[in-house]
Amino acid sequence: MLKFIGRRILMLIPVMLGVVLVVFSMMYFSPGNAEDYILGDMATAEDKEAFRVENGLDKPFWIQYFNYVRKALKGDLGISYNTKKPVTEEILTRFPTTFKLAFFSVVVSSILGLTTGIISAVKQYSLWDNICRFIAMIGVSMPTFWLGLMLMLLFSVKLGWLPAAGFKTWKHWIMPALTLGLHSASSIMRMTRSNMLEAIRQDYIRTARAKGQKESVVIWRHALKNAAIPIVTVVGMQFGRMLGGSSITEMVFAIPGLGKLLIDSINLKNAPQVQGGVLFLALTMSVANLIVDILYAFIDPRIRSQYVKVKKAKAAPAAAAKEA
Amino acid sequence: MSKEMSTADAISMKKKSQFGDFVRRFKKNKGGIVGLLIIVMFLICALFPAQLVGEDYYSQDLSNRYCHPNAEHIFGTDELGRDVLTRMVWGARTSLEISLSAVAVSCILGTIVGCIAGFYGGVTDNILMRIMDVLMAIPSTLLGISIVAAFGSSIYVLIFAMGISSIAGFSRICRSSVITIRDQEYIEAARATGASDFRIITKYVLPNALAPIIVQISMSIAASILSISGLSFIGLGVPAPTPEWGSMLSNGRQVIRDHAYIVIFPGVAIMLAVFAFNLLGDGLRDALDPRLKS
Repeated sequence: MLKFIGRRILMLIPVMLGVVLVVFSMMYFSPGNAEDYILGDMATAEDKEAFRVENGLDKPFWIQYFNYVRKALKGDLGISYNTKKPVTEEILTRFPTTFKLAFFSVVVSSILGLTTGIISAVKQYSLWDNICRFIAMIGVSMPTFWLGLMLMLLFSVKLGWLPAAGFKTWKHWIMPALTLGLHSASSIMRMTRSNMLEAIRQDYIRTARAKGQKESVVIWRHALKNAAIPIVTVVGMQFGRMLGGSSITEMVFAIPGLGKLLIDSINLKNAPQVQGGVLFLALTMSVANLIVDILYAFIDPRIRSQYVKVKKAKAAPAAAAKEA
Repeated sequence: MSKEMSTADAISMKKKSQFGDFVRRFKKNKGGIVGLLIIVMFLICALFPAQLVGEDYYSQDLSNRYCHPNAEHIFGTDELGRDVLTRMVWGARTSLEISLSAVAVSCILGTIVGCIAGFYGGVTDNILMRIMDVLMAIPSTLLGISIVAAFGSSIYVLIFAMGISSIAGFSRICRSSVITIRDQEYIEAARATGASDFRIITKYVLPNALAPIIVQISMSIAASILSISGLSFIGLGVPAPTPEWGSMLSNGRQVIRDHAYIVIFPGVAIMLAVFAFNLLGDGLRDALDPRLKS
């Protein structure tokens, strides 16, 4: 088990280096210079040169890249060009908001997705199943920002029940969580439905029914538990996706989270902030996926036993097969 | 397709071609057919917008700003007095043009990467898939936004940005089906006859790995229509005079209180297009999946 976790963490390193390289080179090779944006038109050539030297922008590409990586390992992601504060600090002040949004959305989407998915599977091909599937299909097809605007139109403008923007009270969170969560709810619903359908057809369900077990126990204990593993994976992956994909929702509802900060920084060409933010989000997403993988192994006794019993010789290929 | 599917034909299994079988199975899927019809409708809009609604999607008529939907302007007019319906029909061309080309790019590149990684395995596979992991690790919205922000917003940059962000999906799907095929006996047979790797991949591996890729194409088109509208919504999409659903929506956002129709109609168009490609993808998956054959 430890070996599996260690291996997965080691695998993260080259991926993160690659992420930095991609974002770094994009910012490096893009037309327009940082000093022009930061210092403005009034700056003299000497000022600009001083700025370049101060920020290490006069060095060749690879040196800049390695300097960046070396500092990043110590947690120093540079100084934000427009606020002059450390990027790490900016990210950490904004991140809790994004995390909260993603968390609420995952809760909302899991509740919606699981209940509708289970009902759909239990009553397959019923009217209810068709309605749920249709709504789920619409849910994955709706652009998040449009859904956000429509909710705003309905609940803030027409009905006046919920505030349109801000993030202070729980009322403010309802619409953003729904907006960000509906897409995921649809994927969770589809996953729950297909896995429950598979589980319900198994022999042990027939056995449970044959021995006279109550239908509710059959569904909730026997079927759901066996269908749960892929569902947990999807929920975890959706959480990671929400952390990285919340920017547009944050823009629509004017929530000052990490996503909004990143979009603003991209427009200002605030390179250290963009690189730091994307790196941070990529890292949190990967860690979220890693945790899901570990959870996966913990929930499923079949997978867990692979890592307990099997010794070194077999553990490595098993882990390799899992990654593949 | 021209083959008549009578009961007699259905009984004699040998006469059925694979494609005929696929068409027969796809026809049974109502969702897939509905999706296909909606897509055909959008394709007609994209191919013949001038014949449908006229060429004039750009001229401003400031005396007619914010006309609510009426007989003359079925979907109303926007902040510059331009007809919303006309712009929506022309917008279909923009959206489909970009998303189809983006998916073509990512499908070709992703399939090449996936085939090479899956077919050769080992170190090649490891290196290629780690590169794909890097692309997967960056949130696709952010990757798209930063590419467009870095290189300026033009249609080509958008195609590139959308293409890059879905390469990883294609390569993974292609790789996993190539892996199941590469150890089959007919591949060994082809190798025994002295076929080159290139010939084996293109002639024997790829045709058998095609089904999941076709499904992925449909799903990716849906996803890239969504991303393009998202990028346009935050002002990084198609440059101004070109009509695009996402940017129409974004322009209407400020006046949503009084002129909600400007926001509602383009949104419905986006949703319908994405919905159709998702339905088609689902239908294709069901029709192509050999496990569902009865």
